[in-house]
Amino acid sequence: MAAFTLKINGREHQIDVDPGTPLLWAIRDNVGLTGTKYGCGVAQCGACTVYVDGQTVRSCSLPVSAVGKSEVTTIEGLTSKEAVAVQKAWAAHDVPQCGYCQSGQVMSAAALLGLNPKPTDQDIDLAMNGNICRCATYVRIRAAIHSAAKSLEG
Amino acid sequence: MNAHVKPAASTALSRRSLLKAGAGLVLATYVARNGVAYAQDGAAAKSVNIAPNTFLVIGQDDTVTVLCKHIEFGQGPFTGMATLVAEELDADWTQMRADHAPSNPVLYKNLLFGVQGTGGSSAIANSYEQMRKVGAAARAMLVAAAADEWKVPAEEITVEKGIIKHASGKQSGFGALAAKAMQQPAPANPQLKDPSAFKLIGKEGAVTRLDSVAKSNGTAEYTLDIKDPGTLTVLVARSPRFGGKVASFDAAAAKAVPGVVDIKKVPNGVAVYADGFWPAKTARELLKITWDDSKAETRGTAQLLEEFRARAKKQGALVKQEGDVDAEIAKGGKLIETEFVFPYLAHAPMEPINAFIHWKGETASARYGSQFPTPDHAAIAQVLGLDIAKVELKTILAGGSFGRRAQQSTHVALELAQVAKAIGPGRPVKLVWTREDDMRGGYYRPFSLHRMRGVVRDGKIVAWSDTIVGQSIMKGSPFEAMTMKNGLDSTAYEGSNEIPYQVPNFRCDLHQVDVGVPVLWWRSVGHTHTGYAVEAFVDQLLEAAGQDPVEGRLAMMADKPRHAGVLKAVAQLADWKGAKLEAGRARGVAVVESFNTYVAQVVELSMGQEGPVVHKVWCAVDCGVAVNPDIIRAQMEGGIGFALGHILYAQQPLEEGRPVAGNFDSYRSLRINEMPQIEVAIVPSTEKPTGVGEPGVPPLGPAVANAMAKLGLPRPTQLPIRPGDTA
Repeated sequence: MAAFTLKINGREHQIDVDPGTPLLWAIRDNVGLTGTKYGCGVAQCGACTVYVDGQTVRSCSLPVSAVGKSEVTTIEGLTSKEAVAVQKAWAAHDVPQCGYCQSGQVMSAAALLGLNPKPTDQDIDLAMNGNICRCATYVRIRAAIHSAAKSLEG
Repeated sequence: MNAHVKPAASTALSRRSLLKAGAGLVLATYVARNGVAYAQDGAAAKSVNIAPNTFLVIGQDDTVTVLCKHIEFGQGPFTGMATLVAEELDADWTQMRADHAPSNPVLYKNLLFGVQGTGGSSAIANSYEQMRKVGAAARAMLVAAAADEWKVPAEEITVEKGIIKHASGKQSGFGALAAKAMQQPAPANPQLKDPSAFKLIGKEGAVTRLDSVAKSNGTAEYTLDIKDPGTLTVLVARSPRFGGKVASFDAAAAKAVPGVVDIKKVPNGVAVYADGFWPAKTARELLKITWDDSKAETRGTAQLLEEFRARAKKQGALVKQEGDVDAEIAKGGKLIETEFVFPYLAHAPMEPINAFIHWKGETASARYGSQFPTPDHAAIAQVLGLDIAKVELKTILAGGSFGRRAQQSTHVALELAQVAKAIGPGRPVKLVWTREDDMRGGYYRPFSLHRMRGVVRDGKIVAWSDTIVGQSIMKGSPFEAMTMKNGLDSTAYEGSNEIPYQVPNFRCDLHQVDVGVPVLWWRSVGHTHTGYAVEAFVDQLLEAAGQDPVEGRLAMMADKPRHAGVLKAVAQLADWKGAKLEAGRARGVAVVESFNTYVAQVVELSMGQEGPVVHKVWCAVDCGVAVNPDIIRAQMEGGIGFALGHILYAQQPLEEGRPVAGNFDSYRSLRINEMPQIEVAIVPSTEKPTGVGEPGVPPLGPAVANAMAKLGLPRPTQLPIRPGDTA
């Protein structure tokens, strides 16, 4: 066990965990933010996607000891204009079915629009293919990302 | 049903029954909430003036919360039930909310099952009239209350978009009149609208899903998110082989892991209790367990395939026979024989299996995504030795199921209660299965084989024989009596015994075999394999007969108007006859009815370096009255993607009885870059509504196979198409 200070969504959290504890479980079990989901534990499904210093990261496979002073953003702390546009588009297209993967999908989609305000289908495929949706809501994810991009043009 | 799933008639809920109205409708029964926060938002939770009935709660703030007797894990029952209620209540869509009803088999039974449960694409099908009556009765009671309050005749009162009005200028929302409405008698047979007056049912854009926002911002709560104070996370080390038992174990190293609270032997293995997931998982890996495999299944899938093949050479137990297949084969003609092999499949919902319970000694309270609350509820009570009235079970959102959470064996409920019992009362426990636990934990779509034989003579299919080898899903379950005929499990042959084509000589027979691998219904159940076998084979026979896949099918469907209807609709949508395809592309078609919903699909694909690339899918669906058109489209889209991922990549092979695939690296899932474009047509219908959760799945696989045949490739006879591919 070791003490760590995690900066999550602008707030500092002191936790005492095994250094190998994945960031995902520190966020969920120690900090108590549960919007970030566990789906595979091996960086295959993207349900645990968070930002570390603005970069999308699979939190299930990043040990707490490697986070250091980096700023972590979870779905609860998502406030960028891209994120707001994505979440609005998600609701407008009724993207979610079971919804369990969608925190990760929204995180990845908002990050994409931050880097690329007008993504093509191919750009979307590249940016989003690390996020599995077992309900296969992919048609609507694609449509919603295009809608969100359009709404940001104005 | 046996005693094991006897309805919990004595729960706190049903005892409070105050008023009863007509058949299938129990309105105005007070629902005790036993401290469980029931509402999705704070405003409604604070309301004191709730309309106390079984299926809806009207808040002072005018919100109408529908208590949904079906679990919401993506297929849309929250929105569907609320649509039915709001339609007859003349509510405004913005005031509608939904939450899960608690476990109570009397109040909340599935009218098709007789117990509370979700499955078989039955939510809308069994609730269509019931929930409309709830809305209509509540409307009548509100109107009666307004008439009383305003001293005007009820006939002069109108309700529109949640506002109750009288020509005198008096008007009110629902909330202000809810308490008074409760004093009114519930109408025995409330008048339902004529469909021509519908404002929400079947109307494009009239409703949006009630759960989209919470599922897009991380606030939707699933079982994994439960964090009641003092909750321990429990992981169980289970046998790597099905049927294996713990012979001995050494927990010394595991116990030393910081955060581990206790380690106990439980019927399924060894349970690790810890403060959080990571210490539990770390400790579980340090357990030293010797397994007793003397009663375990030790065959691998290669061996099973050999055994299944050998059986298929002989006729099995007769399921259906018309004419004389053998005599027709003996007469000559073009005999075509094909064997189709279907692997074990995991459901792999995004949220792996989990469940929560707080056993307090005299009472217990469980919360999780229970798909069959009635048998689960009874199982928990039995393990804890409690009267069922002392046990609460609340269903909450679940991250997908595809059949996985509908457990006739109640194995998760049993394990949950067993781990609670092992550590003793007063410790809330959250049982968590890892992805690997879920993938290797059994309850798969059964491994199945079809040996098909057909005779084509003079351009016609004159004989058809289908010998199926497979495991029973229902044998030994509480549903055995309901679903098995002459000892044969209908879920093993459904779709193969009643093909939509007129063939004069027909036989379907089944070798029902016992394998020690637990199996379960998997999104569209028997149709996952029978749909493929029938539709790929009929296409092969039509090809031999020199007939067009659409015209040839239609010619044999004279007495199947709804099959023919969706087939014609999809052919039109895809411009089957006229479309000019890019070089290297081809199209295939298939039509399958499942759960009384008819779906036809046309697939357009080309061959990539590694296998088929599906570019577009056209889909026509006839599900009777289309209650929520956009949810129907969503289910077709999702069903298509789910089916495509599995026919391309998915299988759970067993080696010496041990499941091999453990995660999405070895059990590859469809990703967004592989998702085709999809166009859906809903065939207008006035038939009773049927479900859409499953029926989008079966036609996709055979349509892919049939498109591959158009490119001169063999139709895949052993799934998945790309077995070596991992992520």
